[in-house]
Amino acid sequence: MNNHLNFSMMKLIQALTPLLLINGALFANLEKDLQTQFILAEPGDTISIPEGHYQIQGTLSVEGKENLVIRGFGKDRSILSFLNQSEGAQGISITNSKNILLEGFTVQDSKGDAIKVQYTDGIIFRNIKAEWTGGPKETNGAYGLYPVQCENVLIEHSISIGASDAGIYVGQSNDIVVRYNEVYDNVAGIEIENSNNAEVYENYSHGNTGGILVFDLPDLIQKKGGNVHIFNNRIESNNLFNFAPKGNIVGKILPGTGIMILACSNVHIFGNTLTNNKSIGTGVVSYFMTEEALNDSLYNPYTADIHIYNNTFDRWPGFPDLGYDIGQLLAVKYGRNTPDIVYDGMQDPENPIGLCIQNNEDARFTDLDIEHNFEEWYSPFISNFSEEMSPHNCGKQHPMISTTK
Amino acid sequence: MSKILGKTNRLVLLTLLISFTFAGNPLKYAKPKLSDYGFFEGHMANHQPANGVIPYDVSAQLFSDYALKSRFIVVPNGKQLIYQKDGTFDFPKESILIKTFFYPADFRTPDQNIRLIETRLLINTPEGWLGFPYVWNAEQTEAYLEIAGERLDASFVNYAGDQVDFKYSVPNFNQCKGCHVNQNKMEPIGPKARLLNHSFDYVDGAMNQLKKWTSLGIVTGLPEISTLAHTPDYNNPEDGSVKERARALIDINCAHCHRLGGPAETSGLFLNIEETNPTKLGEMKPPIAAGRGAGNLNYTIVPGAPEKSIMIYRMESTDPGILMPELGRKLVHKEGVELVKQWIKEMD
Repeated sequence: MNNHLNFSMMKLIQALTPLLLINGALFANLEKDLQTQFILAEPGDTISIPEGHYQIQGTLSVEGKENLVIRGFGKDRSILSFLNQSEGAQGISITNSKNILLEGFTVQDSKGDAIKVQYTDGIIFRNIKAEWTGGPKETNGAYGLYPVQCENVLIEHSISIGASDAGIYVGQSNDIVVRYNEVYDNVAGIEIENSNNAEVYENYSHGNTGGILVFDLPDLIQKKGGNVHIFNNRIESNNLFNFAPKGNIVGKILPGTGIMILACSNVHIFGNTLTNNKSIGTGVVSYFMTEEALNDSLYNPYTADIHIYNNTFDRWPGFPDLGYDIGQLLAVKYGRNTPDIVYDGMQDPENPIGLCIQNNEDARFTDLDIEHNFEEWYSPFISNFSEEMSPHNCGKQHPMISTTK
Repeated sequence: MSKILGKTNRLVLLTLLISFTFAGNPLKYAKPKLSDYGFFEGHMANHQPANGVIPYDVSAQLFSDYALKSRFIVVPNGKQLIYQKDGTFDFPKESILIKTFFYPADFRTPDQNIRLIETRLLINTPEGWLGFPYVWNAEQTEAYLEIAGERLDASFVNYAGDQVDFKYSVPNFNQCKGCHVNQNKMEPIGPKARLLNHSFDYVDGAMNQLKKWTSLGIVTGLPEISTLAHTPDYNNPEDGSVKERARALIDINCAHCHRLGGPAETSGLFLNIEETNPTKLGEMKPPIAAGRGAGNLNYTIVPGAPEKSIMIYRMESTDPGILMPELGRKLVHKEGVELVKQWIKEMD
């Protein structure tokens, strides 16, 4: 009897499916239905995002939940589109929660960030896609997958496309793994900002303005990041024009940047393959390079304890991006053969461990030594740039860090 | 204190007892209909408060698409709010804050053709404060709990005589917390001493609200009222300087998120009225994670140049990816924008 009932229900649902795909009113019902489930969820619940392409008008929010799974039928089968979003900036917002698993669905075209997670301990993104479907545009939302002020973050097997800031952005968080993801058509592919204990490995970051960024910025709650390992990533052809809205720090990223380390300490970059990033394979710079005023007395603008080893750099001869001061300087000095590793020479005077560069095959290096070479940005003494890498061979044996965690 | 209040409390208590069997579900603390609470006498839409339901207002208001608001507080019989040194109150459990949002058809005749949109309850449950939105029916006879929020067509004629049509947005249960959260716990925003420290027209005559609450015995620990701060009504030029009124406006409209412990603390932009650090207040401060909200501008506030200030850009936008505050605003608060512009223009 029961089976029979279920069978007829299934028949009915099958018959209704095409209607679901075309009827706006039913779309609205899915939105309300999901939001209601998010509000009423009990610990241990799994909420299912049905198969189909659904228009959602407002941010879907999860707040104060524990042990919750939100699961679709796969990245390209369960799609929430925010193309006509009328309220809230994010697609999905998760706050103040514990042990949340997001798996197997896509968030498209949100007005702001696709999925933002804040104040959450234990967040997993698995097989998630965040996407702006109109290509790289300034009007796209800032971040694709965006955990901030979180603990125990895992982002894996996910894709982020078209973010006007960073495809995957982990900010002011601790204990982080970002692996096996693909990011393209973003300004920054992956960005780790003011975060500690981050393992970023085996990602494929290509066709962004900058491939992978590790930043420490001033005026934030979590002041300092560190213990960041960027390894075994493929970082290719990150030569996209910078479409970040001006005013954002990533707007300063030179198109053609593979990896950029800004004002951080204790960062290890190893085993990466950096191919055809036309301007800067790997940059290590202080906050002074941003030319922004500093008003945060607790902030350390220098870099220190940065290790770059066992990476493979490869680029076709060609000019760096000439739309930015730094690109012009490099072009004037080096023409079509810009160096792979670019350092501004601003080592933290308080930290004895500087920049350590070893065993990157035939990678080329330059130290801009901005403290001595630049009175003003427009009067540099480019002849004093130093290609001498030996001061940065710290002679240390770098153990390979295990990829299992 | 009153029969009706007593009954209300027993009902609340009963609901709590029954509902402990449904752990994790916030609905156990709310009743399905507004009339279930017995807050109002007679025709409910008239908002004639029952005994023990005390009307109040706040001197600086959150802008909610020009909606007018009626506010009431219910304090459990024999219990008291305890004044805290930071100017807030510690509310006894089962306290309820009631806020109804409504529009006159024409703001030039504000007491005619009134449509009640929603009534939000903030209830201090055993799990802390929780927010519940009730949406009024077309007949204006009842309001029903809509835990997932609602979007409604709304319209009015403004003071200038222009017809304004828009989608009014009733927040969902989570969004209530989105604004009322502080250090991961929900708390009221409006009933702070500095926002209550002014005269209110009670049925039995005008009186300072804090004095009234003291005389009703629902508050304790208040210092001498003349020593307490008063936040100006930003709409009233008599009530403070441009700077004071602008700070009042951004405090009540922004600081529930933009302060230490609020959800926008990640931006490092702190707009609470107590903040004194110019960078944290936005002066020449580059945006963090603002995305296109930055609008190709470099700083939150450029002193003397409102047109170069991200704050103004976001206040003037109605694009959900740009506008601030993120929730509860579809229209531009023109008068508010003018005030903040004036403040920025006058900065050194």
